[in-house]
Amino acid sequence: MNLVVCLKRVPDTETRIRIDASGSVIDPSGVKYVISPYDEFALELALRSKEATGAGEVALLSLGDSATQETLRKGLAMGADRAVLLTGESGMDGLATAKALAAELEGADAPLVLFGVKAIDDDQQQVGPMFAALTGRACVTGVSSFLVEEGKVVCEREVEGGSETVEATLPAAITITKGEHEPRLASLKGIMAAKKKPLEEKPAQAVASRVRVLSLREPSARPQGRIVGEGADAVPELVRLLREEAKAL
Amino acid sequence: MANLLVVAEARDGRVGGASREAVSLAASLAGPLGAEVEALVVGGPGVSADAGSVGAAGAATVRVAEHEALAEYSPEGYTQVVVEHVRGGDYVAVLFSATTQGKDLAPRVAAVLDVPLATDVTGVEVEDGVLVIERPISAGKAFARLALDATPVMASLRPNVFPVTEVGGEAAISAYTPDLDASSWKVRVLERKQTGGGSVDVAEAAIVVAGGRGMKDPSNWNLLESLRDAIGAGAALGASRAVVDAGWRPHGEQVGQTGKTVAPTLYIAVGISGAIQHLAGMRTAKTIVAINKDADAPIFNVADYGIVGDLFEVVPRLSEEIAALKAGG
Ligand SMILES: Cc1cc2nc3c(=O)[nH]c(=O)nc-3n(C[C@H](O)[C@H](O)[C@H](O)COP(=O)(O)OP(=O)(O)OC[C@H]3O[C@@H](n4cnc5c(N)ncnc54)[C@H](O)[C@@H]3O)c2cc1C
Ligand SMILES: Nc1ncnc2c1ncn2[C@@H]1O[C@H](COP(=O)(O)O)[C@@H](O)[C@H]1O
Repeated sequence: MNLVVCLKRVPDTETRIRIDASGSVIDPSGVKYVISPYDEFALELALRSKEATGAGEVALLSLGDSATQETLRKGLAMGADRAVLLTGESGMDGLATAKALAAELEGADAPLVLFGVKAIDDDQQQVGPMFAALTGRACVTGVSSFLVEEGKVVCEREVEGGSETVEATLPAAITITKGEHEPRLASLKGIMAAKKKPLEEKPAQAVASRVRVLSLREPSARPQGRIVGEGADAVPELVRLLREEAKAL
Repeated sequence: MANLLVVAEARDGRVGGASREAVSLAASLAGPLGAEVEALVVGGPGVSADAGSVGAAGAATVRVAEHEALAEYSPEGYTQVVVEHVRGGDYVAVLFSATTQGKDLAPRVAAVLDVPLATDVTGVEVEDGVLVIERPISAGKAFARLALDATPVMASLRPNVFPVTEVGGEAAISAYTPDLDASSWKVRVLERKQTGGGSVDVAEAAIVVAGGRGMKDPSNWNLLESLRDAIGAGAALGASRAVVDAGWRPHGEQVGQTGKTVAPTLYIAVGISGAIQHLAGMRTAKTIVAINKDADAPIFNVADYGIVGDLFEVVPRLSEEIAALKAGG
């Protein structure tokens, strides 16, 4: 069965964010980019699923600028079979992104499409379920592992205070959260092979964004904290401060 | 008159605190917008019994969609009910809570209604009659102020951010039974497992007690459980990725960039160094306490109060003192 993994190129988790002079975009200079971590988990699960069933392909799909080619190559090096880059803007309007991805997959043989639970740049946590709603697919969010069976996918999902096993009819879209499987590192062989794998680049179907960024700001600085003291003897003073000053207890 | 709709969340028949926060926020926006606040509660038979609690937080009317097939959250059933409800009314804005359920539901509803959505929102204001939304991006490394060019404006609100103001109002409650065909749903829950430790999720807890690699061994978590229990209801356990990856704690407890984002009133970090990816998930907590034996640990840079010392001495004492405080009233 064919699997599609939607990947987003995002700043590395260590990156310091700087707001550029216009005040409404992140300054891209000096930023190192990676596959969004949850998308990497999704790719890992897709590769495991393909390895378990031995059939079908794992395709990657991304909406982004041309530099996203590099990100997709990393995914190919991990083991995906081919990639499609839709060039266009992936901004804060997740619905616009979902529409562009849905347009590309319309009519495609893609019974199961995987998303990260969220992209760690905009933290919107919405593209996967929006894509599913647009395409009439069954959708399960926050999946930590899954098993493809005849005509359906069985998912383990985290919920408040526990977990649940959920079954969804194919075609489906699922969003992946961190589970037990660490994403594999690309091997040297994988990196070499990735250079020859198909990576198609084409313009995304234009969808106007209806989310306008008016401005960005840095988080308010936390007031300078203090060391209350050393060891267990400092505890009574801490409790007093929490109660009287912070009113947190 | 266009109204503000809050999609309230009922769990085990009770309307959650996060929904009351959303209703309270809506009530504060209602005046400037010249709107009234309406709440929609979706749930199983009997859920209307607790629906009045959102009236006290400022809802003028409460509509309750009751159906056996809605007793447990069903993405398809809930989406259908909310979509039909929004279509049948005239709303300037539709607000959800960014709980696990709200994060699952809101994007589906937005996509079906073809309106954009702002998630995990931390600020909403009315400027020149228009709603302006603020939300964190890059795990709180920056905040974006947004305008959504669509009606209704749709947003999910981060729990624990907006205060609940009791206005003591009484809502006009009316229940109805939506027309649903559960047999057409494509997603079915086969099994539910509770992981114990209380039902407060770390992402929604008012107080979080989080442990890291400094705890040395999973068996030592009894110390943190005692601390949580001493604090009482509303407290939950959290964890760093290091201990989750080591298999010491369940994934659902992980706080940080690849875990949950939490904004509790109090976050107690025990034996956690404060890596940037961990801070990403908890830096917006109102008060942060760090307990670490290394005075140079980066966690102290964001902590309001720190104790430098051995957690195995500090934590039991802290549990004792807090228990004594609670007992003393
Ligand atoms: C892509 C990516 C995503 C990540 N996402 C996350 C995430 O979501 N959440 C997360 O937490 N991490 C995340 N990490 C990992 C992060 O970088 C750190 O490795 C991790 O947070 C460290 O966990 P820790 O603080 O428990 O352990 P350590 O860094 O080992 O710190 C242990 C601390 O305990 C203290 N200590 C030891 N013994 C005692 C004692 N007896 N008394 C008191 N203090 C003691 C030490 O001084 C030390 O400061 C991510 C990393 C990457 C690359
Ligand atoms: N520009 C994009 N290209 C491909 N996939 C994307 C893009 N943006 C978001 N996604 C997918 O949607 C998931 C959720 O993103 P978001 O809703 O933005 O948090 C991501 O983890 C990706 O799997």
